[in-house]
Amino acid sequence: MSANVSSNLAAMLKIRRFEEQCIAMARAGKLPGHYHVYIGQEATAVAACAALKPEDFLFSTWRNHGHLLARGASPGKMLAEILGRSGGYAGGKSGTLHLSANDLGMPTTSALVGGSLPLATGAALACKRQGKGIAVAFFGDAGLEEGAFYESMIIAQVWQVPILFVCENNSIPPKDRKRGQYTSSTLPAQRLGDVTQSLQIPSEAVDGTDLTAMEECFKRLTAEVRNGGGPRFVEVCCSRWPGNIMTWPELPGGDWQIDWAFGGKPDVDAMVAWLSSDPLSLYLKKQLAAGALDRTQIEAIDAAVKKEMTGAAQFALDSAFPEASEAYRHVFAAQESAL
Amino acid sequence: MELTFIDIIRRALDEEMDRDAAIYLLGEDVAAGGAFGVTKGLVDKHGTNRVKNTPISEAAITGMATGAALCGLRPVLEIMFIDFATLAMDCLVNQAAKYRYMSGGQLSVPMVVRTQVGAAGGAAAQHSQSLESWFIHVPGLIVVAPSSPVEAYGLLKSAIRLSDPVLFIEHKRLYAMKEDLPEGAGPLPIGQARVARAGKDVTIIVYSAMVRTALAAADNLAKEGISCEVIDLRTLVPLDIETLLKSVTKTRRVVIAHEAVEVGGVGAEIAARLGSLAFEELDAPIVRVGCPFAPIPFAPELEKALLPGSREIEKAVRELIA
Repeated sequence: MSANVSSNLAAMLKIRRFEEQCIAMARAGKLPGHYHVYIGQEATAVAACAALKPEDFLFSTWRNHGHLLARGASPGKMLAEILGRSGGYAGGKSGTLHLSANDLGMPTTSALVGGSLPLATGAALACKRQGKGIAVAFFGDAGLEEGAFYESMIIAQVWQVPILFVCENNSIPPKDRKRGQYTSSTLPAQRLGDVTQSLQIPSEAVDGTDLTAMEECFKRLTAEVRNGGGPRFVEVCCSRWPGNIMTWPELPGGDWQIDWAFGGKPDVDAMVAWLSSDPLSLYLKKQLAAGALDRTQIEAIDAAVKKEMTGAAQFALDSAFPEASEAYRHVFAAQESAL
Repeated sequence: MELTFIDIIRRALDEEMDRDAAIYLLGEDVAAGGAFGVTKGLVDKHGTNRVKNTPISEAAITGMATGAALCGLRPVLEIMFIDFATLAMDCLVNQAAKYRYMSGGQLSVPMVVRTQVGAAGGAAAQHSQSLESWFIHVPGLIVVAPSSPVEAYGLLKSAIRLSDPVLFIEHKRLYAMKEDLPEGAGPLPIGQARVARAGKDVTIIVYSAMVRTALAAADNLAKEGISCEVIDLRTLVPLDIETLLKSVTKTRRVVIAHEAVEVGGVGAEIAARLGSLAFEELDAPIVRVGCPFAPIPFAPELEKALLPGSREIEKAVRELIA
């Protein structure tokens, strides 16, 4: 088993098991508020972050857990933040919606649709001025419904700032939507990249279920951006996981099983259908077929990841709730006292 | 040498840019000087990398300034008219104001948004507003409103050096005002009001261009034997309530005046605070002077009919004394 295969597998499993942990915490009433999970999109964050350097900046959305984990954030501190505990990245002030890790080049995540696009473009300007690093903006297809998207694209292109726009299109096609189910994209364009292409920003689409294809894609695009090529836009075509229910995800069929990569099947039809576009299952099957790893190795990696997540959950649950006085702090840098 | 408000702002920007290479200017037409010529010539000295013309995209340029501020730069953004800040509200209110807080103190947003307010003849309803009260409602934003060229010089320098997002509000009618910049002038404190004129009968609380108007009113009232204390707030957030309380304890009567619409204005907040903190000190109800509840009209005669001026302040003071 190559180091790359094992690290890819571990990174994707880490995200999946983390999200399962979140859902379990929510079910147990430990997670206040609503939240969003990244199940089914793990390969995107893993491939993108593998192409980045420590000096790069990443901006994300409310669906940010996977991006942070792939960037190397601590699952314990993340979970503590998601549970609103003092041991979290922001001492409980950001929660899941604005989860970030400034020391990892992820200053903030905006929970406003398209909200982080101008921020990331500004970060790219800072990179250009400071002569190091690039910015990467992760956002969903709904971001293209906001005006800030177009304003950001125009400035990024006119100023030729080093930024990679990663649009994770996890929309449900209109024909498949259940009554009342709202999701994007309502964009009247054949392909999302057509929009940026019209602004002369090179764009392409990549299969979000194929980690290997994305590794190549992100490596190439980040190199182009890094070498002064200006902005790039990539649409990652994801397949929506059946448990992705706004705003309370569920686990149809329970936790993901290794056995599902070996012929076993979940007891929920929607999950059976979805497994054929699950980036984790697909990656495993591909590596198994190539003889790159065996079941024992997979189980060992999964066991290590599960152990880490159990530790993270314990860390989060052991972390104290913030003191009430914390609610008044950090309003201003200039003066910590309330005005 | 006498300098106009515009010249002095330009000088402060220029000196701050000399001091710190992380500072850069961006905004619509700023390389050409902006709509009022404030930044004129700075591009020749500091280059297009530091004086950047932007597309007419208030949402994105405010977001970009915020993003750049999070990542090591110190942007000074010009929003041409405060009326256009409506297009930048998401970033200002939901993002820039909150990132320090939401990060538990890990982040700061050292950004200044320069903009201008006020009616100055014939700019009509979308280029004449005074919308500052919207911003004092948002925790996390500093709001500065200088009253003269010399004040603007010191307050802008301080604003640029802060690590918080600042809305720096210039008034159109002050742009041509001239003053000598004193030798050794430097940054002024943020959050400290200034007694612009000492008096004993009535406290007039004002900011921005209304300070000059209130001083004129105080001159006229002095001739009638009424002594007014004029307080220039300088910063609306933080609000220097201590200085106000000190004055109110002395005069026991208060007029608060601003050009902004009276309803829901800065004066409402100050009146409420003084009313609860200094109720026992007051001999009369607090009086507010502000624009009537109407948009600013185009016709200069109509604009004049709406705008509160020295006459309205004098009237309010006389009624309080009577």
